[in-house]
Amino acid sequence: MKRVPDAVEIAPGTHWIGALDPGLREFDIILKTANGTTYNSYCVRGTNGVAVIDTVKASHAEEFFARLEQVARYDEISTIVLNHLEPDHSGALPELMRRAPQAKLYISAKAQLMLKALVKSDDLQFNIVKTGDSIDLGGRTLRFFSTPFLHWPDTQCTLIEEQNILFSGDVFGCHFCDGRLFNDQVGDFRFSFEYYYQHIMRPFREHVLEALELLEPLPLQLIAPAHGPILREAPLSYMQRYRQLASPLLHNEVGAHNKSLLVFYISSYGNTARMAQAVVEGAESIQGVRVSLYDLQAGGDLPFVDLIEEADGLAFGSPTINGDAVKPVWDLLSSLAMIKVSDKLGAAFGSYGWSGEAINMIEDRLRGLKLRVPIKGVRARLIPTEEELENCRDLGKQLAQHLTGKIEKRVISMSELLAQEPTHA
Amino acid sequence: MPKANVTFEKLGITISVPAGTRLIEISEKVGASITYGCREGECGSCIMKISSGMENMSERSVLEDKVLQENMAGRSDRLACQAQVLGGDITVKA
Repeated sequence: MKRVPDAVEIAPGTHWIGALDPGLREFDIILKTANGTTYNSYCVRGTNGVAVIDTVKASHAEEFFARLEQVARYDEISTIVLNHLEPDHSGALPELMRRAPQAKLYISAKAQLMLKALVKSDDLQFNIVKTGDSIDLGGRTLRFFSTPFLHWPDTQCTLIEEQNILFSGDVFGCHFCDGRLFNDQVGDFRFSFEYYYQHIMRPFREHVLEALELLEPLPLQLIAPAHGPILREAPLSYMQRYRQLASPLLHNEVGAHNKSLLVFYISSYGNTARMAQAVVEGAESIQGVRVSLYDLQAGGDLPFVDLIEEADGLAFGSPTINGDAVKPVWDLLSSLAMIKVSDKLGAAFGSYGWSGEAINMIEDRLRGLKLRVPIKGVRARLIPTEEELENCRDLGKQLAQHLTGKIEKRVISMSELLAQEPTHA
Repeated sequence: MPKANVTFEKLGITISVPAGTRLIEISEKVGASITYGCREGECGSCIMKISSGMENMSERSVLEDKVLQENMAGRSDRLACQAQVLGGDITVKA
């Protein structure tokens, strides 16, 4: 395999000046990187100035500066663009600003706070750019696109208008280090591309779709992301893949006029299972809601995560064992970082033998995930009575009414609300 | 003590609260969500949209105004951890 000793020209006047990190096996604690990663940085030369797009992780700054020096002098650099300020892209920025003090820095509005936290200087100068703004480097126009939350609030993309080259930041990137750099030359990196989307972009699916609306009309010749291979062969196919990944795979029978409620439960003696059944019965009494019931004992987390991503309401039933909800419930509730769950409707119920803390604990977790949890959960000591099952039916019915906008409006005082709070044993 | 009525649109619930209460306290109690953000008006994670009754809310502080601007928030947005209800009727999109 040929290593890349020098800066690599990716298009006339534009060079890759990034750094390779082949030994990395774990990124930001949460991502496995079997093939390491790259920190891609680029240098664009116009007749009136030179721009540096993104930098690299501080530990790899030396490599970055060595490549930069091969294609430009520091006093030629007029422009620095940071598409995303995470430390793996901004690590060499303070030193670059020191070496090229005349260069103007361009970032998104939301990057300001991060910039100030990263570059500790009282005299920090920068320019805010948004969609539609551009910089003329002389024969090379850098045009900016605001694409926030991919995957931080600050993210943006930058286009060389004359060449239709998109510096996309983390979007369309992946952790895959191969010195051959270009997607038509490196090893098969498709799994890394998919893995990166699932773990980094998926929670921001709605923002991915917004960004695609902005980027899809561009007749791109090349996509130069901030990590992984440079996409010069069929670049648009990677954009199409994002479109597919951000859209539901199968047709969902629940139309726009229907809502979806998922009821998950786990039960050791069948008591919580009976309560789950009653929640389903209650919910089904309201038109316009598709109700689905799942036993957590039999399912892994992943298919449930996929289901939850598209659901409108979630109810969790767990027994209380040793003062806690049981592990399969926590496993699922700790697997939701990959998807957006805020603003969904949530509820909890369950049978218990002694104290029944599981319900409050699940409710707290759901609120912490920013779900709405307006209906107090139902608890039953051991075998649920007919009255307790009726309470479960009522819970299901109220959930369905909330989902369909049929809930009766209530007026309540703060003191009544506080009095309603469950007491913790 | 003067009271304010805060309506949570999506939840269909109106809470009568003492003047001076911060929106975040009400939203947590009513089950709108718990915000594990900084709660000091810096991170912007508790931005909440006010549908009506902005005139019944406390004025934006310099800090709140700055954070809202940095987050490109609109005129109807407030930080729930900073904004206090003063009286009358307020409706929030939550």
